[in-house]
Amino acid sequence: MTKPATAPSGPPSGDAPPGDAEPGGSPAQPQSSPHAVPVARSARRFGDLLFSGAATLAGLSIVVTLAAVFLFLIGQGFPAFTADAEDLPGEQNFAAYVAPLLFGTVWAAVIALVVAAPLAIGIALFISHYAPRRLAQGLGYLVDLLAAVPSVVYGAWGIVFLAPHAVPVYRWLERYFGWLPFFDGPTSATGRTMLTAGLVLAVMILPIMTAINREVFLQTPRLLEEAAMALGATRWETIRMTVLPFGRSGIISAGMLGLGRALGETLAVAMVLSATDVITVNVISSTNPATIAANIALDFPDSSGLAVDALIASGLVLFALTFVVNYIARVIVARRREFSGANA
Amino acid sequence: MTAPAQPAPAAVRSSLAGRSLPAWAPWTIVGVAIAVGLLAGVSTGLNVALGIVLGVLVALVAVPAVSTVVEGGRRARDRLATLLVTLAFALALLPLLSVLITVVDNGTARFDATFLTDDMRGVVGEGGGALHAIVGTLEITAAATLISVPIGVLCAVYLVEYGGGRWLARAITLLVDVMTGVPSIVAGLFAYALFSIFFGPGIRFGIGGAVALSVLMIPVVIRSVEEMLKLVPNELREAAYALGVPKWLTVVRVVLRTAAAGIATGVTIAISRVIGETAPLLIIAGATTRTNYDIFDGRMETLPIFTYQSLMNPGARPEFGVDRAWAAALTLIIIVMLLNLVARLISRFFSLPSGR
Amino acid sequence: MSKRIEVSGLDIYYGKFKAVEGVDMIIESRTITALIGPSGCGKSTFLRSLNRMHEVIPGGRVTGKVVMDGEDLYGADVDPVNVRRQIGMVFQRPNPFPTMSIYDNVIAGVKLNGRRRMKRSELDDLVEQSLRGANLWEEVKDRLHRPGSSLSGGQQQRLCIARAIAVRPAVLLMDEPCSALDPISTLAIEDLMQELKAEFTIVIVTHNMQQAARVSDRTGFFNIAGTGQPGKLIEMDDTSVIFGNPKVKATEDYVSGRFG
Repeated sequence: MTKPATAPSGPPSGDAPPGDAEPGGSPAQPQSSPHAVPVARSARRFGDLLFSGAATLAGLSIVVTLAAVFLFLIGQGFPAFTADAEDLPGEQNFAAYVAPLLFGTVWAAVIALVVAAPLAIGIALFISHYAPRRLAQGLGYLVDLLAAVPSVVYGAWGIVFLAPHAVPVYRWLERYFGWLPFFDGPTSATGRTMLTAGLVLAVMILPIMTAINREVFLQTPRLLEEAAMALGATRWETIRMTVLPFGRSGIISAGMLGLGRALGETLAVAMVLSATDVITVNVISSTNPATIAANIALDFPDSSGLAVDALIASGLVLFALTFVVNYIARVIVARRREFSGANA
Repeated sequence: MTAPAQPAPAAVRSSLAGRSLPAWAPWTIVGVAIAVGLLAGVSTGLNVALGIVLGVLVALVAVPAVSTVVEGGRRARDRLATLLVTLAFALALLPLLSVLITVVDNGTARFDATFLTDDMRGVVGEGGGALHAIVGTLEITAAATLISVPIGVLCAVYLVEYGGGRWLARAITLLVDVMTGVPSIVAGLFAYALFSIFFGPGIRFGIGGAVALSVLMIPVVIRSVEEMLKLVPNELREAAYALGVPKWLTVVRVVLRTAAAGIATGVTIAISRVIGETAPLLIIAGATTRTNYDIFDGRMETLPIFTYQSLMNPGARPEFGVDRAWAAALTLIIIVMLLNLVARLISRFFSLPSGR
Repeated sequence: MSKRIEVSGLDIYYGKFKAVEGVDMIIESRTITALIGPSGCGKSTFLRSLNRMHEVIPGGRVTGKVVMDGEDLYGADVDPVNVRRQIGMVFQRPNPFPTMSIYDNVIAGVKLNGRRRMKRSELDDLVEQSLRGANLWEEVKDRLHRPGSSLSGGQQQRLCIARAIAVRPAVLLMDEPCSALDPISTLAIEDLMQELKAEFTIVIVTHNMQQAARVSDRTGFFNIAGTGQPGKLIEMDDTSVIFGNPKVKATEDYVSGRFG
């Protein structure tokens, strides 16, 4: 309202506090006129307080949620730790109950990691350094689509497509590499083996690993690469001299993150893997250890009482395992991340 | 290089041309090798896939070999690396294609009007649909989004705008990262453990599923919003501060406004990630055959669960159950792909010119 | 509405690091004061402390006094937000809000503060006056609703000046406002500053000594003893004195290009 219509040209003439148009706005409006107290105390801060308070609360809720996950799982799973062997499923104590599951979980995840890690590095290099620049983004999107496929669909695909098609390959492995304990056979007729589960998991963890690798590869300082190229290095030599060493910690943490994902993946494994409670490194036979997550998914709907407690307790073990793996991965990443916002 | 006996080598060496394969040569070798493998596979009646695999292997040997002879070892290694890297990418596309083909191939049989408008109450053999599962999926996902987005956006605002490297912000950043790695089944167990305290053991209802999904979704939202907020140049914040705009208004009207398209994209991606979650819903939302609209009461079916159950326990007439399972998988894939497409479109059409 | 600023005993810190030490300075109303000195000597930091933008950076803090017309900007109950409404700032690189049109950019300060009840015609007037004040009106009056980022760098910077003067500050701080601009745009901004001087107190940081000599009435020379040492105000005087007959040897070395 008080606006300087009186000042015909040029800027502000002084007697018009810009804010007066909204009377109820804030009680302590600054008065711009020369004689008023200019930089007045203000109740403006109320909005700031409210908003920063809400933001801080939201941040704290993360801490609370994670703590609650731990506490509730401990609370509900505790009876299983101390229960007598005969009351638990399989009539063995909790350690014996969870051991083969833990082994299966780690084993499947390791297989997935061994398959996915080199592929992820290759794909990331392809997108960051080989593909034509205009295509690169679209190609990255294609890989990301792998992450969009729901795990139940991977499970179905694993059963119907991958497992039967893998059987001849497993037979071949058994015949020529049967001397290795991994391929000791006898080959499963359905193909629903540890190796199939590991392969499905590998496909599922490829996108996240690729994304992280791609990001660190793209962060390689341009100057370093140009320095290598100026020395006459081929593209591969440039990558080996600059991109890979620079991205090493990123590659490691991508691997750890992929491992974490693979450890916790549930449905795909539950559907693909035909499991019993054994510990074996044989990856192509029909007797395979189950994984913790798959075991929970398969048994939970029909369990009650102490069996539920045992499942929750095994979930706690899984949570602790993935927590540690992810924590290590993130600490490695965090060491090289810098805050991109501040330009100070 | 060409003729060491001649006195000319100096001239040859000073030339920058050197001997090298023409650009088309390696790819021709690869093409020929694969084609031969393919032909061999078809003609001998052996596995076609095996033929292609052999062709690729031959190419992996042949290209570096030819290159070593013509151009020398360094270039040969470079060419081998190029081949391997390209191969890795091609390998990644195989499962994607295979999954999509399998789902579309099997899913179209029952992907019809009945499937979208009927539920499974009283259905034993033929017929039936996934209405109950679609309703459940939409409601649970919507509830999870309503819980996750405000918390996620506010938390990201805290981390970027208020945390400022304080220990709490650093701790939360780390915890968010760790939280992205929480196995989905653990989120389900958490929701179950939480609600069974209030409602007794055996509790199953939709909102529990939404809580479980929120545990998975919040960190994804935080991460993507955080990235977007960091992309907002500090100069804009300073410009607003220098105009005497309070911080919270700067954040709401300038920072969040500038990042809006990116945030919308991130949220859409986050939704597409949790909409296909199965494991936590298996535990806390349960399964049912009737359409349940009340998220606060009673078991709720969802598309992933429907797929899982129909495939693993197809019922007395398995062929119908399996067809329904694939149709549900197809529905799910379509929803997820649509969400991804929407996300892409948002980021393409509403993002700011990145001219600076 | 332009005001006089008195700085006394000002120390500026980044966390524990003391960036600027012991500045005493008087900035007269309706003058242009130029701050010159080598890179890293703290002149930009000092400039930002004049409207409390310095504390936007984590760890940024200040001791000492900055008094504007009798009131200490760093007084206990002073709201930095209000300080910044009184003392506007133009940055090194033009930074129009990318989501806003030219029009909205000019009234951003008014609108962002939540005062939307200004009548349309009043806003129109405000936009025209501010753009005229920034010598930009004739160039953009036909495309006020195009995005601000569609302008050239020099026009963007003048848009930022229009945006700053639209909130009617008493003082305008300019942090190397021309360093990202070509010579012609630079001249346009320098001419503009001479006009703005009638209304505002202007403080400008510049690396360009010709510019300081051309536009300013008073000049302050900052220097730094060495890396890790705080910057200090070495000499402050009329511009003609600083460039013609400075009292301190370091100043003379710097302005005559014998520095370092």
